[in-house]
This record gives sequence, C-alpha cells and structure tokens, in this order.
Amino acid sequence: MSVHHEEPTSFAFDAESEAQIAKIVARYPEGKQASAVIPLLYVVQKQMKRQTDSGWVPRIGMDAVAERLGMPPIRVYEVATFYFMFNTKPVGKYHLQVCGTTPCWLRGSDEVLRACQDHAGVKHYGETSEDGMFTMTEVECLGACVNAPILCVDDDFYEDLDYERTKALIEALKRGERPTPGSTIGRLNSAPEGGPLVLTDMPGAGE
Amino acid sequence: MAKVTVDGIEVEVPNGASVLQACEAAGKEIPRFCYHERLSVAGNCRMCLVEVEKAPKPVASCAYPVNDGMKVFTDSAVVRQARRNVMEFLLINHPLDCPICDQGGECDLQDQAYAFGADGSRYTEAKRAVKDKNIGPLVKTVMTRCIQCTRCVRFSAEVAGTAELGGTNRGENLEIGTYVEKALTSELSGNLIDICPVGALTSRPYAFVSRPWELKKTDSIDVLDAVGCNIRVDARGPEVLRIIPRVNEAVNEEWMADRGRFSFDGLKRRRLDRPWVRKDGKLVAATWPEAFSAIAAKLSGLSGDRIGAVAGALADAESTLALKDLMAAYGSTNLDCRDDFATIDASRPDFYRFNTTIAGIDEADALLIIGSDVRREAPVLNARIRKRWTQGKFKVGFVGPRGVDLTYPATYLGDGPAAMSAFAETLKGAEKPMIILGRGALSRPDGAAVLAVSWALAAEVGALKPDWHGFNLLHLFGGQVGALELGFVPGQGGKDQAAMLGGGVDALWLLNADGFDPARIGADTFVIYQGHHGDAMAGRADVILPGAAYTEKEATWVNTEGRAQRGRLAVFPPGEAKEDWRIIRAFSEGVGKTLPYDDTAAIRAALAAASPVFGRVGEVQRAGCADMAGPAGGSVSGVPFVLPLPVYHQADVISRASDVMAECAAIYGPAPALAAE
Ligand code: SF4
Ligand code: FES
Ligand code: FES
Repeated sequence: MSVHHEEPTSFAFDAESEAQIAKIVARYPEGKQASAVIPLLYVVQKQMKRQTDSGWVPRIGMDAVAERLGMPPIRVYEVATFYFMFNTKPVGKYHLQVCGTTPCWLRGSDEVLRACQDHAGVKHYGETSEDGMFTMTEVECLGACVNAPILCVDDDFYEDLDYERTKALIEALKRGERPTPGSTIGRLNSAPEGGPLVLTDMPGAGE
Repeated sequence: MAKVTVDGIEVEVPNGASVLQACEAAGKEIPRFCYHERLSVAGNCRMCLVEVEKAPKPVASCAYPVNDGMKVFTDSAVVRQARRNVMEFLLINHPLDCPICDQGGECDLQDQAYAFGADGSRYTEAKRAVKDKNIGPLVKTVMTRCIQCTRCVRFSAEVAGTAELGGTNRGENLEIGTYVEKALTSELSGNLIDICPVGALTSRPYAFVSRPWELKKTDSIDVLDAVGCNIRVDARGPEVLRIIPRVNEAVNEEWMADRGRFSFDGLKRRRLDRPWVRKDGKLVAATWPEAFSAIAAKLSGLSGDRIGAVAGALADAESTLALKDLMAAYGSTNLDCRDDFATIDASRPDFYRFNTTIAGIDEADALLIIGSDVRREAPVLNARIRKRWTQGKFKVGFVGPRGVDLTYPATYLGDGPAAMSAFAETLKGAEKPMIILGRGALSRPDGAAVLAVSWALAAEVGALKPDWHGFNLLHLFGGQVGALELGFVPGQGGKDQAAMLGGGVDALWLLNADGFDPARIGADTFVIYQGHHGDAMAGRADVILPGAAYTEKEATWVNTEGRAQRGRLAVFPPGEAKEDWRIIRAFSEGVGKTLPYDDTAAIRAALAAASPVFGRVGEVQRAGCADMAGPAGGSVSGVPFVLPLPVYHQADVISRASDVMAECAAIYGPAPALAAE
C-alpha cells in the first residue's frame, strides 16, 4: 500500500454508527455477518464525513469493520479497494464525481470536467483542491444516462449539466449552499425536456 | 458416476467432478495456472479451456462440472487457438524477464507458453508494472510477474489458515499482496514459492543462486520436526542449495514447514569438521586415532555402570543402534534417548506414537490437544488438522498456555493438567475422538502422571477401541521416535538421563544430544560428544567426534507416527566428519568389541531385527488399541504447561546455526503465547 497521506491512529464507531450497524448486521443470518462488509464500510465513510468533513475509509476503519464482522482484515481491504465508492484516501469537503462513460461523454461530460477544472481548483482526476474543498474523481456510468451528463457531488446527482450550470453549481457549493439535486434544467425526473411529447392526445392529458 | 468421453476415450468419473479431472482421468494434459487440486477452484486464468460438445464456446474445464454422456475435446483447433489467445493475454503484462528470473527452468508459465502458446504477441502498448511487496525474509516477490491466479491467496487462507494475502484494487490496478506491509506469519510460507506458477513468489535465500538443471537432486526426509516430511535436497558440489517437499499423501501431502525448508544454510556454519580432544582444559584439534584412543583409555578403566549414553533429537536410527550395541559391549545399560527429560514410557509403542496416524486425522471427529502448540511443533500436521476442521463437524479443545493461535478455533480449557477432563463430554460424544499430547507436556516433574492421565482420559472417552486408536504423542524432531523404537532407554538396572547427569556416570557418550543444559553434567564426567554442530554441548565435551548432518548420510528416521523413512546422502560431510554409525563401528573395532555389521545393508538388517518398524520402511501399521491398560503414573500437579520450543525458527542445532532462521527469529520473535508472559 502506498500511503501519501496521514492515516488516523484510532477509530471507534460513534453512537450513530453503532445504531446503524445494529440494524445492518441483523439483516444477515447468524454466521454470515461478513456479508455486511459493504454497508459497514459505508458507515465508516459516513462517520468520517461527520467527524472530519472528509468522507473516506482509513485503514484503521477497515480494521474496525474486520474486527466487528469477525473476518480477516485483508478480506476487508480487498472489498474497500475494489469499489470506487470507498475513498481510501482523504477527500475534499465536496467529492465531485464526473461521469465520463459514453452517454455522458457524448452529451458533453468534457464540458463538465472543464468547468470543474476551471472553478473547483482541481486539474486532474484524483486531485484535491488546495483549500480542501473539492476532490475530483472520474467515475463510470452512474446509471442516470437519460439525463446525461451527470456530476455526482457526494451522494447527490446533478443532471443535464453544461459548462455554465456546472460552474454555477460549484460556485454555490463554495458559498456553502446546496442546490437541490436533480435536473438542472428543471425537468421532472427523466421526463422529456419541455414537457410531454407523446400521448398528448389522451383524454385528460395536458389539463 | 458419470461417463465422459475425452478425445474419444471413455472414462468414468464421480458426479460433481470437473471436466479437468475427467480429462486427467483420460490421461490428457490440460494446461492450468489457477487450478490446484488442494485448493478451492477459482477459475480465473482461463488456461484450461476445452471444447465441450454442444457448448457454444470453450469452457474452463477446472470449474465446469461433468455431465453423464458429455463429450470433451482437448486438442481441437478451437481449443488450440483458445489456449494461444489466453496465453497471449496472460503475457500482455508479464515482463518476460526469464533470463533473470529464479523460476526459469521450472516455471509453469514458461513451460506452458512453450507448449501451448503462440510464437509472438500482437501487443505493442506499454506493460504495467507492479511494486514488489515485502512479505518477510523467506519469500521474495517480483510482483510484475504475477498473473493473478490467486493460488497464494487461497493457500494462505485455506491451507495455512493465516489469511494475509489478498487481491486489492481492481482491473488493471489489481495487486496481490498484504495491503498493509507485513511479514507473513505462517510457518508454511515457503509453500507459496512452490504453488506460485510463475516467478512472482520465489525463495529469498535461493535468489540468484542456481538454475534447476545445475542441481543434483536427492530424495530425503526432513528431520527438523517429527512429521517426517518427504523432501528433495538440491545440491551443487558440496553445498545444499535448497530443500523442497515431495508428495507423500500419507505424511505431508505436498507441503513442508519453513524451518525444515530454510535452515539448510545452518549446515555450512559452526560445523564440527574434525575431531577434538580436551588437553589441559582446552579443546585441541586431533586426528581420529587420537580421539579414539582418548576415549578408549577412559572407558577401559570404567565398569559398565559408570558409563552412559544419551541419544538426542537428531540422532539417526543406525547410529543409535550402534551406540546401544557398543554400550552393551561395555556392559552398560545406562541409556536414554529422552534428552529433553520427557517421561516417555517406551514399554509399549502405542504409548509414544502418533497412533491415529497423520492420514487418520481426516477421519477424526473431535480432538483434544494437551500442552502442544501443534502449529509450531508440527506445522504440516497442523495443516492436516485444519483441513479436517474445514470439513466441519470437528470440535477441538486445547489445554496449554493462553494465546496460542492454532489457525482453527479451539475451545480453551485451561493451562494445566486438571483442565483436560473438561473436554471429556465432547470426546465421549464423538465417534472417533483423538487426543494429541505434546512431548513438551511430559518434560516436567509430573510428566509420567500427565502421560498416564491423558491415556486414562483417552480410555474413558472411547478413544481407544479395537478399530480406532485416538491416543497420540506428538514428538518434536526426526530422531526421537527411532531411538524409542530401538529401546534406547535404561535397561536392567540402568540409569536414566537424570541419574546419569550430576556425576551419575564417569563417562557419557552424547549422540546428537543437545536437548538439555550442559551445566547439569557432573564436573568430573568425561563427555564424548558426537554430532555435527559446535553448539553449547560440544563446548562441554572432552572428545568431539564429528558426525554427519541428515543431508550427508544414508540414514533411517522414524516420524512421530512410527513410520521409518530413509534419508539419503545429498552431499558429503565436511572435512573429516563421517557417517555416524560408521564412527561407532570404527571405534568398536579399535577397542576389540567389533560390532557385527560393516556395511549399510548389514546394519539395516540389524535394525529390522531390532524393531519391525525398520522392516517396513515408508509404511506405518495403523492399528486400533488392543490393550487399554495404560502407562504407570502418579498424581498430576497444577503447574501450567509450558511450550517446549520458545522460538519456532531456532529449535535445533541446525536452525540455530542458520542466518536465515536468525533473521526470522529477529522478525517473528517467540511464539505469541510465550511473548505474552
Ligand atoms: S503471486 Fe503467484 S500465486 Fe500469487 S496470484 Fe500471483 S502468480 Fe498466482
Ligand atoms: S454514462 Fe453517465 S450516468 Fe450513464
Ligand atoms: S485452471 Fe481453469 S481457469 Fe485457471
């Protein structure tokens, strides 16, 4: 493991995490607790976010999960490093996850990327801005291609982006605001842009 | 059973067998990397592709179950092309650095690329490189060579029971390693070198030492623990360059322990390569005749009861017999082979053997371990227990120091003899219960009582039946059981070791006896030390007779089960050192008490006459318990058991002389249970 960052020296689940763990672990039959490894890693990541404003999973947090679930630590390391959604390094206050997969790319994800580079202070994927506000990561399809391109900020999807709207989003985040997630052009979920286009002549439609 | 046709050859294999196994049954060679018959199936390398009739595309035979009536083709055009393509993929990120790779010449990747691969690659982009990992002083890593078959990951989790290796990250960034840098804590780590099909995991002590075709290969037996692992000693000229295991399903399957594998550099250090005689308080170099006449002069003036002999942990059977016969010629019955003061009762073989046998562990359904850290005293045997445990319905109880990690769960019962009865109910409930008593548990004042109580417990819980013998003594070294089989214990009116020490005899012949503190020998006792290493005991000697180490002689060893096996001479003993029984034979001739054998065949015949185990070399006669009457004991004390080998890597004269083992000892230190005290 190449460590270029400070690892905390201690980690203990707080009361909120404990409450979540009790619920999660109870979902699995006795003896199959190891199945809870993924949700528990999320618990660690969330707790780190609460406590340090940076949502990541330190190694010692993985150890805590291993101990709690009675599995060898390496089995937890494997899972934690396999999934992109677990940050094994500290991240900024806002984690900008730019979808670069084909649908988003065709719909202009390069513009989203450029806006992040220009306004969030991060030049490359994997980088954290100097002020610690933003970390930018490239992710694969987020499963929201209908509203491509997508920028996922922490757990929230911002959709139908272009350069300007991405810039605006970042500026808002900088001001400490949290714009409502979803489409940035005002459409309802993934309904057609500008209102319904088909089945408009159904009785009662368009009323 | 399922009928399968492989390339037109019809074979029958059990339902649930894999296509690969069916192909093997038909005598077809299927290339493979990730598949290993002693590990779980991973099916990730794709090298084992074959064509199955009606299957739309080639299938990975190792992970594909057979069907009745299945037709398999292992050499069709499709299969050949598939293998070439898989090989091309595997080599995309492989460095192709065979000229500087220690696996070269015995590499599955090299061999299979040659046999099944294409003659070139279409890949022209950059290859990936992976940082090497430091996983301890024994296993060297060159991780760019890794093909991610995960054999090592499965071995450490499944066989060794120390899940420390894994695959972290994903896709192109997948790496095999420990993630957090650490030295592997397994006593079986050397086996990773053997199972890694490429040059990613190689032997550190053997790095850049030799090519396989330069080695003289000699089949032999490991004696650094009492399992009797079958080994191959690879030597070049006068030097042992490495030791690797051989397959013996009944003993070591295909594994061996790290001390046995990596101690061989100790065979070159601190060797006794010439006789020495003490003159005016100082040991001075001597010739064989001088050494012999010094001994002869001393012994000639003594009556038999003032002469004694002790055989130790690494004494071979031939020399033990010769020494016994020599002592008889001097009229001495002062013999002992329990140089660790273990109160072993040699009156009946099943009092001191591992009666269940190693293969028999597979059948047991409950196990009580008394005073033995099996993991460190017999790592390969422990892996067998672990294998049994992984199959389920197997309860283990442990009596001994707290904190011993056996690699499988064991109910902790307590630290002293009183605790063993706590497991009686579990054992009673079992069909084939086993008790393993550590030899170390007998090296204490109430050892005889511990033995008697353990036997009585075995009798009580139904471990002693006409068709099942569940009482087992686990010895520590390869020379210990042979001497017991030969009855190298006090004869009529003879003194045991304790009585011989402290001036109980005037002359003491120590044959590889290094198991006790030399200071306990009486100040005026004349000590003859016959052995191969200048360890503490040699320093106390009045005459040193340089013997041969186990790699340097034709010798017979008996493992803890009572299985006699032959070690072979791989290299000659250094300097003037000689095969041990020949030393004793030569001495006997000089003093006019000529022993009645003068070649290997003759002494082997004498061995076979002395005990039937030497008449059935390689075999062990497994039997139930015919006589439940136990050994004599007394009453046990409440004193906690102490483990006999404080440091796994330095347990005998050879490993203590090894730099590699010294490095391990510095890194791993004493066993955790002892460190905690
Ligand atoms: S190190 Fe060797 S055994 Fe382990 S995954 Fe790589 S190639 Fe396989
Ligand atoms: S490609 Fe971006 S969400 Fe699917
Ligand atoms: S041997 Fe079958 S996939 Fe590797």
